[in-house]
Amino acid sequence: MSSEWVFNLYVFVLATFVGYQVISRVPPLLHTPLMSGTNAISGISLVASLLAAGSHHFVSQVLGFVAVSCATINVVGGFMITDRMLRMFKRKDPPPARAKLGEGKAS
Amino acid sequence: MTPTMLVVSLSYLVAAVLFILCLRGLSSPEGARRGLVLGELGMLIAVVGTLLHRDIVRYDWIIAGIVVGSGIGVAISAKIPMTKMPERIALSHSFGGLATALVGVAEYLREVDSLSYFQIAALGLETFLGFLTFTGSIMAFGKLQGFISGAPVTWKGQNFLNIGLFTAAVLGIGVLVYDRELQQVFFAIAGTGLALGVMAVLPIGGADMPVVISLLNSYAGLAACATGFALGSQILIISGALDGSSGLLLSLLMSKAMNRSFANILFGAFGTALEPGAAAPQIGKGGQSYNEATVEDAAAVLKASQTVIFIPGYGMAVSQAQHAVRDLAASLERRGVEVKYAIHPVAGRMPGHMNVLLAEANVSYDKLFDLDDINDDFARTDAVIVVGANDVVNPAAKKDPSSPIYGMPVFNVEQSRSVIVLKRSMNPGFSGVENELFFQPNTMMVLGDAKKTLLAMIGELKEGH
Repeated sequence: MSSEWVFNLYVFVLATFVGYQVISRVPPLLHTPLMSGTNAISGISLVASLLAAGSHHFVSQVLGFVAVSCATINVVGGFMITDRMLRMFKRKDPPPARAKLGEGKAS
Repeated sequence: MTPTMLVVSLSYLVAAVLFILCLRGLSSPEGARRGLVLGELGMLIAVVGTLLHRDIVRYDWIIAGIVVGSGIGVAISAKIPMTKMPERIALSHSFGGLATALVGVAEYLREVDSLSYFQIAALGLETFLGFLTFTGSIMAFGKLQGFISGAPVTWKGQNFLNIGLFTAAVLGIGVLVYDRELQQVFFAIAGTGLALGVMAVLPIGGADMPVVISLLNSYAGLAACATGFALGSQILIISGALDGSSGLLLSLLMSKAMNRSFANILFGAFGTALEPGAAAPQIGKGGQSYNEATVEDAAAVLKASQTVIFIPGYGMAVSQAQHAVRDLAASLERRGVEVKYAIHPVAGRMPGHMNVLLAEANVSYDKLFDLDDINDDFARTDAVIVVGANDVVNPAAKKDPSSPIYGMPVFNVEQSRSVIVLKRSMNPGFSGVENELFFQPNTMMVLGDAKKTLLAMIGELKEGH
């Protein structure tokens, strides 16, 4: 009987505890960015998807390809939209700035 | 452990620490963007580390997936309007669910013989939760987007069916642990997840969406956790736990803000509380009259006010009125009026929805106040402007035990000197709950599209002086 799952259970319980502590400090103001941010982080299933897509088993490769695509959507899209939101949260009223960073190729 | 695999493992450890720091950054708007960069760095390290993994023998599918995913990810994030954030979040939950579910299927097909009993159980759970999150989120997306009716769909025996599906999945996992070669059982578990996702979200009405979205967030996290247990990957367990606890915490906050018990929510019974027609209006439509006011009347009240509080609701998102709200606030402030915004935790369709919209409209975040922080101010306020909010300003929640929303914490709007309500029509909407506030003598109802009304008010204020 391997004890690996007991070890993993430790990791799970402690991570949940840390997560709860850290996240309970997030003000309601930032609850939407919190949600999209944790979404991006849970895109870590990309790691598991990579293993499936890069394996030697054909069906696994195909499923892995779809999984890699979905997880990458969450990683790339999740961080991007969270950053877009966080840029908007400002103190005081600055003049309405239309120009955005990161929009290199303006039409 | 080979040196390469040691590097892989350590890269995950670094990534886990960076993810936690990323979330800690979100405890204040100042540190949030810096925190996010740490999260991005963590993800990059984890992905590069994984590519060194000895089990990866080819890269063509990986590269294709990353290209496709990045393209779609950028496409649905770069330009999407902030009013569409609930839909966007629901969509990303569905992608997350699908990814974990497919990883589960691939893992089952590839390695079924080399797994421990515990891993088989985790694999079954992962696939079940992944598919449940997938269809549940698609349903939530459909309801928000309007191609599935946003009204709660309820019928007799609904909870029995849902509990039955859940039990079937648990039994299926038990059978699979006993005999892992039973492919039909594995795919039946997957099918149960797909079905339960649809069934669980079907009875939920639009106003309950913040809870559902938080719950789906939590399920997506749990699915990722189960993946971690199935693969023996600690980084997946940690990230999944972070995602899961954030979803859980938000669900708890939302359920508290709606005065629903958590058990009530878990079993999806909350749609029934708002069953159409179940809530008999306490005030007959014809029985009591309301003051329908013109824009000029409302502007006259505002001109005489020193303190104004805005209460935004889902109606503000629907009519995209956040910029008009901000402009009206700005023109009031130029007249020396003190302006604040009162944000209810369940206003809108997801946690924090109103904050994001007002931030988009360049409202300084120190003017946004939570329920508890502002509720004592209403008694000292000259005018409250309700922009498309309803339940969160319904005094019945405090006074009327027969009301379906009784016990929900609401704003003490009725204590302010005058109330201006911007609303499309006097129709009580899906919930069928009549709002006594609208019939009070100091309430002015300005009916019509909120954005147009607000713009007209701004014009009126300019002319006046």
